[in-house]
Amino acid sequence: MRAVAGRSRGGTTRRGALFGGLCLCCLPTLGRSAEGFAMDEVGPGIFIRRGPDAEATPENNDAIANTGFIVGERSVLVTESGGSRADGAWLRAEIGRRTDKPISHVMLTHVHPDHCFGAAAFAEDKPVYVGHHALRAALDARGEYYRGRLAEILGADRAGSVVYPTLEVADGADIDLGGRVLRVTAHGVAHTNCDLSMRDSASGILFPADLLFVTRIPSLDGSLVGWLKEAEVLKAMGAAKAVPGHGPTLVDFAPAMDDLTRYLTTLRDETRKAVAADVPIEKAIQTVGRAERDRWVLFDTYHGRNVTQAFKELEWE
Amino acid sequence: MIRPLAKPVANRTVLFRSILAALTLAVPLATAGAALVPGPVHAAGASDDEAERLARWKEIQKSIFGDKTITATDSLVKVDAPVRALDASLVPITLTMPEKDRVAAVHLIIDDNPSPYAAHIAFGPGADAGEIKLRVRVNNYTNIHAVVETRDGQLFETTKFVKASGGCSAPMGMSDEEAMKGMGDMKLKFAEAQPGRPVEATLMIRHPNFSGMQMNQVTRDYTPARYINKVAITRGDKTVLTLDGDISISSNPVINFGLQPGGQGPIKVVASDNQNGRWEHSFTAPSATN
Repeated sequence: MRAVAGRSRGGTTRRGALFGGLCLCCLPTLGRSAEGFAMDEVGPGIFIRRGPDAEATPENNDAIANTGFIVGERSVLVTESGGSRADGAWLRAEIGRRTDKPISHVMLTHVHPDHCFGAAAFAEDKPVYVGHHALRAALDARGEYYRGRLAEILGADRAGSVVYPTLEVADGADIDLGGRVLRVTAHGVAHTNCDLSMRDSASGILFPADLLFVTRIPSLDGSLVGWLKEAEVLKAMGAAKAVPGHGPTLVDFAPAMDDLTRYLTTLRDETRKAVAADVPIEKAIQTVGRAERDRWVLFDTYHGRNVTQAFKELEWE
Repeated sequence: MIRPLAKPVANRTVLFRSILAALTLAVPLATAGAALVPGPVHAAGASDDEAERLARWKEIQKSIFGDKTITATDSLVKVDAPVRALDASLVPITLTMPEKDRVAAVHLIIDDNPSPYAAHIAFGPGADAGEIKLRVRVNNYTNIHAVVETRDGQLFETTKFVKASGGCSAPMGMSDEEAMKGMGDMKLKFAEAQPGRPVEATLMIRHPNFSGMQMNQVTRDYTPARYINKVAITRGDKTVLTLDGDISISSNPVINFGLQPGGQGPIKVVASDNQNGRWEHSFTAPSATN
């Protein structure tokens, strides 16, 4: 299932619209605050909010990733913190409307702002902030830069601040919420260098975070070769259903992962071919992976950069 | 003759603040998973009028070339760059110089970068000066100037406007340590050689080229600038080219250049940076017969 059917092939119109802060695919949600989002109960005690396939704007609070929470017998785990303090505060209020149980854990699935800038909103719950062992260094390198850019769009108050993990996962970790255990995996360099995934023992649902994009074009910020390797690690877990970092709140895991690996494989193979044939990077950006164009939202915004990243990585092979 | 490059001003913090002030709203996250695109607001550079741009160029021109006359040209040099950069920290630039035998050197200037003088390339007898490709950082909506120095000492310029922002201050990798890995490693690739035709070569150098504008959150300090400031390429006893570089060159610098046909001997590359790093590698060039 793809959300891009019927969009203009012209590109120019679409790009123009995007640059104006408008995104055709999510026009109906424009002007609505995060409060307008609904939460889907995708499994017993698992509530997920679908982030729109859009860019951060002053109107959407950077609430563009899939966030949510899991309720155990004893406490609540936040699956993704949100894209800003405002987005995190919205999620925290949603949790309060549904359960009195304390928030014990907040997942910081990787360094990107649309996933970790909601963390500050949970400070008074004093949760365990769970992150990859490489997240701290990544936040050191990028956090202030992200915060500044986000503050320019949302204002400093709504943007939030950099929050460090208090539980640094080196390899794996089990989080017991009572009646259900979340098995957390720290992955090798893939989407970023600090990706976490987790699996819920009660429902069997996999939470690959941004190791799985659905409908929204994947963004490559770690290692292309590494991501394909970690895709195999995820597949080997054998989950039937997954909550992707972006896209619908619950998907059949295998076909969704196949779409992602097809995109990444195409990017890898065509970029390698370009490098081998001495195609210069500026030409590769225009020619690699074009067959994927109608399969992803925001293709024109991100694909060229993905090719740039891929080229930088593969030209040293 | 190679002139010293304009250096970033001494007080980096002040400089950085002024750049931030100049950037205003439309700064996408150059390295984020999801870039932040605000509403219909333009970067400060976008609203600058022609007069301001011209005034800035005149100032830069004076600091680099003094009072020497620079004539506009459509034929001696051409700049190719994407109108809108997808990745501000890696903007591919192609300089084409069709009357290559007249060309002694070319200067690349990115007017609105914190240190505008990006590169100076002087060609020796071993070079084919027809084309040079570089990857640069672009920090703002800016004019990019190429100035050619002819063998008889005249200067000619052309310009191209590029929309990009944040390329110099964008964090590059996830950690400084990672960025330093393999520093000084090099690769030299050659396009298939055809007898009597110039050989196209691609030099790749592992180096973070820290711009001095990337902040470390813990120390609240900037990673000190560390960049390749000279690359000397020779073939046998002939100079191919000498490049003076600055912080506007992207990390892991890649430069494409042409070799004169019929050259002999191995190609030697000596690269050095502003912190006394020095790396030397020798490569065997393909020899096109006859």
